Amino acid sequence: MPRTAVLPLWLAAVLLVTGCTSNSASQKSSEIAPEATITVESSDTECTLSATEAVSGSVRFSVKNTGNDVTEFYLYGSDGERIVSEVENIGPGLTREFVTALAAGSYITACKPGMSGDGIRADFTVTDSGKDVPAAGKDQLVEQATDRYRDYVYGQAELLVDKTEEFAAAYRSGDLAAARALYPVARTPWESIETVAESFADLDVALDAREADLEPGQIWTGWHRIEKDLWPQRAKSYRPLGAKQRGVLAAKLVADTTELEKRVGELSFTVAQIANGATGLMEEVATSKLTGEEEYWSRTDLSDIQANVTGAHEAFESLEPIVSAGDADLVETLDARFAELQTLLDAQRRGDGFVPYDKVPAEQLKALADAVNALAEPLSRVGAVVLAG
Amino acid sequence: MPSGEESSGADQRALADSAPDPAGEVRRSAGLSRRRLIGGTVAVAGAAGAFGLGRASAGTQTLQDRLEQGHLDRAVGFHGAHQAGIVTPAQDRLHFAAFDLITDSREELIDLLRRWTEAAERLTVGQEVGDGALPDEASLPPDDTGEALGLPASGLTITFGFGPGMFERDGVDRFGLAHRRPAALSDLPHFPGDQLDPRISGGDLCVQACADDPQVAVHAVRNLARIGFGVVSMRWAQLGFGRTSSTTRAQRTPRNLFGFKDGTKNILADEREALDTHVWIQPGDDPAAGWAAGGSYLIARRINMTVEVWDRQPLADQERLVGRTKGSGAPLSGGEEFDDPDFELGGINNPVMPVDSHVAVMHPEHNGGIRMLRRGYNFVDGTDRLGAMDAGLFFLAFVRDPVLQFIPVQTKMARFDAMSEYLKFTSSAIFLVPPGVQPGQYVGQSLFT
Repeated sequence: MPRTAVLPLWLAAVLLVTGCTSNSASQKSSEIAPEATITVESSDTECTLSATEAVSGSVRFSVKNTGNDVTEFYLYGSDGERIVSEVENIGPGLTREFVTALAAGSYITACKPGMSGDGIRADFTVTDSGKDVPAAGKDQLVEQATDRYRDYVYGQAELLVDKTEEFAAAYRSGDLAAARALYPVARTPWESIETVAESFADLDVALDAREADLEPGQIWTGWHRIEKDLWPQRAKSYRPLGAKQRGVLAAKLVADTTELEKRVGELSFTVAQIANGATGLMEEVATSKLTGEEEYWSRTDLSDIQANVTGAHEAFESLEPIVSAGDADLVETLDARFAELQTLLDAQRRGDGFVPYDKVPAEQLKALADAVNALAEPLSRVGAVVLAG
Repeated sequence: MPSGEESSGADQRALADSAPDPAGEVRRSAGLSRRRLIGGTVAVAGAAGAFGLGRASAGTQTLQDRLEQGHLDRAVGFHGAHQAGIVTPAQDRLHFAAFDLITDSREELIDLLRRWTEAAERLTVGQEVGDGALPDEASLPPDDTGEALGLPASGLTITFGFGPGMFERDGVDRFGLAHRRPAALSDLPHFPGDQLDPRISGGDLCVQACADDPQVAVHAVRNLARIGFGVVSMRWAQLGFGRTSSTTRAQRTPRNLFGFKDGTKNILADEREALDTHVWIQPGDDPAAGWAAGGSYLIARRINMTVEVWDRQPLADQERLVGRTKGSGAPLSGGEEFDDPDFELGGINNPVMPVDSHVAVMHPEHNGGIRMLRRGYNFVDGTDRLGAMDAGLFFLAFVRDPVLQFIPVQTKMARFDAMSEYLKFTSSAIFLVPPGVQPGQYVGQSLFT
């Protein structure tokens, strides 16, 4: 879980983005290197562009706020309504850039000092360069991607409740051997959508807090509290919980996951959120699972890693048609890197689960870490590609 | 003490008579002659700005030799109302060491502080300790370890601190000091996100050695540790590079390993009033600890940064996490680096300065005006078993009262600062840095008298 009790960045960031086609990221892929840079100066009263024409293809806008108020810059379609691209929240004196793929046609630019009203508008023309601009049909791809990922998340949330109920029943009844076997199984759907699940700070703390995350006086509940009770071998002078305490923890775990499923069911996702979510899952792998911190008592970290990777892969697969249109090489790289990591994980399977964390040989653990880095680096570029349109 | 060669003794007296300027900074003035330095008291007083002495064997070279070698790097005085190494312009390198006292003898402790003081007086002007690295008597091991031979003072400061364990450990008052222990000198509480390694936390005494040359800082700690054998045991130590804070306006704000400017809002050496309010312990702050007036509390925290993961964050996200632009360091509400952030400035759906950005969470405006003097350093201690850099920020802060200043701000950071996601706190320690040392005194003398 994140240690801060606020909206995770990957979700918060997307609140700034009003539509799937908006853009605040710069593009690095050589394949779609910008053909031209248009500089924009947005003062309190004027909106000055270095050019009012460009050729079709990738165009970079560099927007400098020379005024005294926060500003934003919009590129609209010829109707002056449809947002093609935008950059928001530019503080006085600061410069923000974005890259967007533009087809030939008429557009309207607008600076909005004070970020309200119609802004200072002007016409902008894109002439045909003869190049294929991959934006065509994107809206449909976006819809397919967001629908697919939403269905996946809903499915995992439902599975989470089912498996948690089984686990909680075993734990409550005192069948601790069954509970130990079910623990990584029930955690799997949680970990596969962890970046979504932890969007709700209250539930994240209630369900996934580790002992070190607690503040003095805070009551510890959730997965890891039960984990310690099931695997107390390394705890100093630990007193196992009684039936009544187990019942309380089990009931709360079920109630919290049920509430989570309800809240997740009200969410929808943008492509930017899906991309950031995939990156976030790989961050979780790198910072708390590969280090053996997440499942300190049970040592079932590899099961979590598999679930995180599966979730990241699902998110990427949802976006793949869009990424493919923007940067086919990136798709090829990511397919290969996911496969390499999966091969290493498969080598650690034992029975229905995985080798305990402390039984993974040091060199194999390091190889996993290397494969995670190899995957996470190119994965971190997917967001910019899906936004570049 | 010096080897007995006359000019060395004069150097020592010159030190003793000097009065550092308010920043604890003394610069060498040109045109210094040997005669003037060795001469009467007027001349000696005039030599206050004359500590640009090359490091050379006191036993084998004259002062003139040293001056002619051109080792004119700045030297910082050891004496003054406050210890050097706090408001002194932050040097580039750090060697920090924490020690456990392995004696129960008050006399041995006092004797150690005397010997450490003498050594620090010499080291900070570029001299060797004891009889030097190349004594006449070749059948003895040299007093000085020698790796700084030929190196200038390099701005070396040595700052001593006393940990809680010096006053009481496991309920035992080993040195008869418990009744003089300030209430605020206690181990820091557990903060959310702390994953402290006790082997690199705490300590009964500390030495902070800062210099512009790492070899000079290491030489200082090594020799002080050697002097302490039998009385103290080195518990843990930390090397640092690339100062992450400025303490004067003349210094450019440096960058931490996230690539961002760090410490833009630091307390500076010329902010006299702010130093008295936020940094120096005042008479009457604690009835049990009047002896500590003029000192400060030093908080040391080793903060690991998960740099590999950070590096994969888009620039715009990195800037939102920090609340500043990566290039200029300007707040996201606009302007330039030193402009105040505008937390009210509205953006789409939220303020332009994100409420969970590091700057928004930690800014004095949102913390009842609390400020700290920060003096941290970057560190890279090799690589962990997963191939990740064992890297981060060794946070050093000086405050007048940790209970009122550090603890609430750190608690808030752990709870609300979105940047915490990329940090792990792996060590923690608190020390009381006693007031400055006057000529003829030893460090912390007011505690024992």
